Amino acid sequence: MTAATPGAAADTPAPRPPAADPAASPAALPQAALPQAAAGQAPAVLVRPQPGRALAVAVAVLLAALVVGVSVGPADLSPTTVAEALLVKMPWHPALSVPPIDTAILWQIRLPRVILGAMVGAMLAGGGAAYQGVFRNPLADPYLLGVAAGAGLGATLVIVSGAGTGLLPAAAFAGAAAAVTITYMLGSGAGRGDGSPGLGASTASIVLAGVAVAALLTAIQEYLQQQNAQELQQIYTWVLGELSLASWSDVTLILPYVIISAAALIAHRRLLDVLRVGEAEASSLGVNVARLRLTVVLAATLGTAAAVAVSGLIGFVGIIVPHTVRLTAGASYRIVLPVSMIGGAAFLVLADVVARTVQAPAEVPLTVITATVGAPFFLFVLRSRSTRRDL
Amino acid sequence: MISLDDVWVRYGTAVALDAVTERVKAAEWLCVIGPNGAGKTTLLRAVARQVGHGGRIEVCGEPTARMSRRKLARLVAYVPQRPQLPPDMIVGDYVLLGRTPHIGYLRVENDADRRISAELIDRLGLAGMAGRTLRTLSGGELQRLVLARALAQQAPVLLLDEPTSALDLGRRVDALELVDAIRRERSLTVLSAVHDLTLAGQFADRLLLLDGGSVAASGPPTDVLREEVLRPRFGPGVEVLVTGDGGRAVIARRPPPVVPGLATRAARARSSPS
Repeated sequence: MTAATPGAAADTPAPRPPAADPAASPAALPQAALPQAAAGQAPAVLVRPQPGRALAVAVAVLLAALVVGVSVGPADLSPTTVAEALLVKMPWHPALSVPPIDTAILWQIRLPRVILGAMVGAMLAGGGAAYQGVFRNPLADPYLLGVAAGAGLGATLVIVSGAGTGLLPAAAFAGAAAAVTITYMLGSGAGRGDGSPGLGASTASIVLAGVAVAALLTAIQEYLQQQNAQELQQIYTWVLGELSLASWSDVTLILPYVIISAAALIAHRRLLDVLRVGEAEASSLGVNVARLRLTVVLAATLGTAAAVAVSGLIGFVGIIVPHTVRLTAGASYRIVLPVSMIGGAAFLVLADVVARTVQAPAEVPLTVITATVGAPFFLFVLRSRSTRRDL
Repeated sequence: MISLDDVWVRYGTAVALDAVTERVKAAEWLCVIGPNGAGKTTLLRAVARQVGHGGRIEVCGEPTARMSRRKLARLVAYVPQRPQLPPDMIVGDYVLLGRTPHIGYLRVENDADRRISAELIDRLGLAGMAGRTLRTLSGGELQRLVLARALAQQAPVLLLDEPTSALDLGRRVDALELVDAIRRERSLTVLSAVHDLTLAGQFADRLLLLDGGSVAASGPPTDVLREEVLRPRFGPGVEVLVTGDGGRAVIARRPPPVVPGLATRAARARSSPS
């Protein structure tokens, strides 16, 4: 992803997706094969839609978003400057004279922020798609099982206890993981005899446990917040989500979780398609539904918790992006999972550009931007698709 | 092929299936009949392990209780009464789901899986529809599609729960003819629940009549489709007509009221012979 940026930045300024699309299609095939090796084989008799085209479009949009993301800000860097500043850090770079200040802005401020934003967006959108698949609920978002409440409580505890903010990501991560663990244990202990005996707990009881756990943790968090009114500003800044303090250490901190989560989710894409016919039928097709559900929830939670730890709570990405992909590119998880991750990355990078420019030098909380930009866009897609289709 | 020994199922305290013992031979078609709530669906779900059961069920000589889901899915293909049909799923993808028990965990289907699915789409008269979404298919096409997915499992045992319930009279015969042709082509063992007694009698090798979760009668259609067997379960209005070729047609006739005004069920029962 990072390696691709200089090329795109060098030959064209900002957006170029429509023109690039047909040419990019064959070139994007290796991209399609990236998650797992078997993707690009020729369909023998049965033609199924290949995710290649949608992936190519998503990658083009992401590249454009990355270029915009590193160029726009209080100090505008021209694409040429960006390209040169990138090259200067390469071991074999040609003789260039880039102002050191531009190099510093790009490498120490813009790049980590844009890359972190892309990772957070990918995790939220991918996690949302996976949760919607495993709970077979279009309203499921990555915060469904208490991730948000747990992370919020963890972060609040750190802030009010006066411990260093360096502990914030770890505390948020621990809170999120603990909340989902409690939810899952409580939810899967309950709910037997729900009409699907032999399948273990129902998804409904897990979701309901998530509601209860989230309510409890949020109550504790709000109590702490109210008792420590002087820290209110700091808590709110975190809760509403922002990337202004992004650094390379944040990137390296969550990178392993992002890679594991993304790989695990994409590896389960076919099984999530099997789940679309329901848990009972999936089990009659030989799927161990309880194990599948646990694995996918673990993977999605890992990615979401890592994202929340560095960015705070950013709403709507996990719902809007996967559904936009479903409505425009296809509902199979072979398409929805990878395209949502790439699209979510692009969406959050662009949202962050808006967040730091509309009120510059002040920053608008990211969740405000994702909702005000994302919700109308999503409604537009929803309406245009549903009138053109059947419904 | 399928053997049930003293099989019982309870939902809470309600007994849905009670001490059912039955053998289904290889390549045989056994139709489970009986009034609503007799346990037809429960019997099928027990064989498919969709419901916990007591007693012993064996498929191909192996007890199903400790089998892995994958292994069971390679032996038994189960079509529920109302399958879930995601409207935006693609027909070809839906049939490929049937290959799941043959595809390794986290793997995707290979050319052989695609070929098997494509052949089934052709065989079941869905050619040219592979790229369409399920929402564009008619009821009869969906019925054949569900059958195609079940056949893609390549399991020797096929369980069909009310395979014709959504179809009109003519399509019902067509659908069962198709099942019959395919089970002969592939020597499948078929266990199906069927409401329509006349149809069941025409297609099944044997009928199993359930009542209140227990076996009330079992045998070839000519033995089971008799008024003295059916009336205690389906009501006194049931008549069995013997057709010219020796077949049985079962109809339910409204008895004439004995007292003016509303005829109660009890009054009707008293008025009918035995």
